[in-house]
Amino acid sequence: MSSTKYFNYLRKNTLPTVWCPGCGNGIITKAFLEAAGNLGLDKNKVAVVSGIGCSSRVTGYLDFNTMHTLHGRAVAFATGVKLARPDLKVVAMGGDGDMLAIGGNHFIHACRRNMDITIILFNNSIYGMTGGQYSPTTPNKSIASTAPYGNMEYQFDPVQLATTAGATYVARSTVYHFLQTVKYIQTALSHKGMSVVEIISNCHTYFGRYNKMSKPSDMQEFFKTNSVQLAKAKEMSKEELTGKIVVGEFVNEEKPGYLESYQNLQGTFEVDRECRGGEQ
Amino acid sequence: MSRMVIMQGNEACALAALKAGCRFYAGYPITPSSEVAETMARELPKVGGTFIQMEDEISSAAAIIGASLSGVKSMTATSGPGFSLMQEGIGYGVMTETPCVFVNVMRGGPSTGMPTKPAQGDIMQLRWGTHGDHQIIALYPSTVEEVYKYTIKAFNYAEKYRTPVFLVMDETLGHMRESFFLTDEEENPEIIQRIKDTEFSDDELFHPFDLGEDRTVAPLVGMGKTRFHVSGLVHDETGFPAGQAEVAEKMIKHLDSKIRMYSEEISIYEEYMLSDAEIVVVAFGTTARSALRAVKMARSDKIPVGLFKPVTIWPAPVSRIKKLFRSANAFIIPEMNMGQYAQELSKLNKTNKHIEMLNKINGELITPEEILDSITKVWIQLTEI
Ligand SMILES: Cc1ncc(C[n+]2csc(CCOP(=O)(O)OP(=O)(O)O)c2C)c(N)n1
Ligand code: SF4
Ligand SMILES: [Mg+2]
Repeated sequence: MSSTKYFNYLRKNTLPTVWCPGCGNGIITKAFLEAAGNLGLDKNKVAVVSGIGCSSRVTGYLDFNTMHTLHGRAVAFATGVKLARPDLKVVAMGGDGDMLAIGGNHFIHACRRNMDITIILFNNSIYGMTGGQYSPTTPNKSIASTAPYGNMEYQFDPVQLATTAGATYVARSTVYHFLQTVKYIQTALSHKGMSVVEIISNCHTYFGRYNKMSKPSDMQEFFKTNSVQLAKAKEMSKEELTGKIVVGEFVNEEKPGYLESYQNLQGTFEVDRECRGGEQ
Repeated sequence: MSRMVIMQGNEACALAALKAGCRFYAGYPITPSSEVAETMARELPKVGGTFIQMEDEISSAAAIIGASLSGVKSMTATSGPGFSLMQEGIGYGVMTETPCVFVNVMRGGPSTGMPTKPAQGDIMQLRWGTHGDHQIIALYPSTVEEVYKYTIKAFNYAEKYRTPVFLVMDETLGHMRESFFLTDEEENPEIIQRIKDTEFSDDELFHPFDLGEDRTVAPLVGMGKTRFHVSGLVHDETGFPAGQAEVAEKMIKHLDSKIRMYSEEISIYEEYMLSDAEIVVVAFGTTARSALRAVKMARSDKIPVGLFKPVTIWPAPVSRIKKLFRSANAFIIPEMNMGQYAQELSKLNKTNKHIEMLNKINGELITPEEILDSITKVWIQLTEI
């Protein structure tokens, strides 16, 4: 049964989670665990790095090498882990504020380097942990605790951002599309180079409550009715797509990344294996 | 057999880091530290190590901590503006007890200040730059040979006490070319290696914060043979967050005591003609070179003066300084700042001995003559009484 496969990767002793009942973070966590189970990952050979935020608390519940780091810096920490230990599978997880506001610079530069890591972006369009302030993905006119009259800024499209910056696998899903989410995470984990999976999630406690969707089911309903699969979206006009969430695999290509090029460089020198700092 | 070498302070720092087993460097260019990065970029791939130029100093600090936690010794180098950006990462390194080395080649500040001029304005930032209670180790050499020697020491301290360690230079030292004899001992230094052969049972989770037998903290093991959790939140020995008052108190006290308890052992200093000294000049870095010369000149004028040169500037050499405050009658503290270390040392001046501050903040070195003038002035005052 698939349930036992993923259960194996959960740290049962750190439960219950700190999350509100019904929070999308739980769904994304389960999707990640299922993907890990399907791939049969070796727990000791995976490092999961998160920033700070509700979503970033996820590292406490995953039974791998886990680092709960600083707000926005998960991708930078992950870059160090991956370059120092290419033998590890490295994943960075965090929220929209974490990855795209304070950590936006690290996000784009890791994509640009095609760094061999997987980013899982928990996008709930709000700063959950600090009490519902607007984030770089809060839609224009939406209400937030620091946008009581409606958000005057425009939102980032993380998929476009990652694509333009150079990521070689980019996909988007929502917590409503569970199986699709598992599939994308699984593909991302198997991808060589930078992979980014954006998962639209619900913070019903803040975003939902401020925007007339205070129950988790209200937000699931919203994701369900407003999502469009990429194939279909390609046939729709810009007007028809306004306010819609396009889900699908946007980029999937091969390109050498920094690590591969660096390993090639190392190969041109005669290296005494003993010189290597870490356990390989 | 020792051999003669010639190198720049920044270069010596990079080469010593490699000798100490550093195999990962992440940094962002900044004068006057860039030669550390350039040397690492050239040398690291030759020894199977990895170099990366990050997008800023925040990510550089994060990357070296990530690399170290994963199992590889690491370093970064910067100067004032970059060191300010690294403070958040340094705090994380302190909290997660991660061995790593931060090089700060001081230039004139605040802000962009004087990029190509020496200064010693970061002395208190080195001590208290990151928020929260913590102890820190900072080594400040004053010759290129010492840069080599103490960079290796910095790595050993980082491993032993499981903490970020600062290797401090000033612009002059970083850029100075000097020849010296690399002794056998310096070529084959004692190096604290990472533990690699521990076997873990499959379901064992490594507890990264178990106390060692000597009440420091158990050595870090790399990822791969086992797994563990670290967090910048207050945590217990397992690494998982625990917010209870007792846990918090125990943890923060541990961060303090694991270094405080060993401060004598960590403390490195040099003394010159102190046995009969009535006047003590306290100086570090490039300033100590001028001070040494000034003391020699004053001695030829029969003035009983000596030099105390702390290399470990943090933790401060408290017990030695206290003794000097008892034995000598006056202190001269030349610094390329407004008196940051003098203020710190004056807290130890229980017997109210005269402290003469000699400060220069215009980007120029303090000369031997200026220090000699101070010595002479203080000596006249002392003998008049
Ligand atoms: C340097 C720094 N600035 C601010 C904070 C406060 N802070 C904690 S979490 C957070 C935002 C969280 O939002 P997001 O990343 O979207 O995660 P979510 O809680 O929504 O999952 C902020 C601003 C911090 N911890 N560190
Ligand atoms: S505040 Fe929002 S994001 Fe945080 S746990 Fe609650 S529902 Fe989830
Ligand atoms: Mg969020």
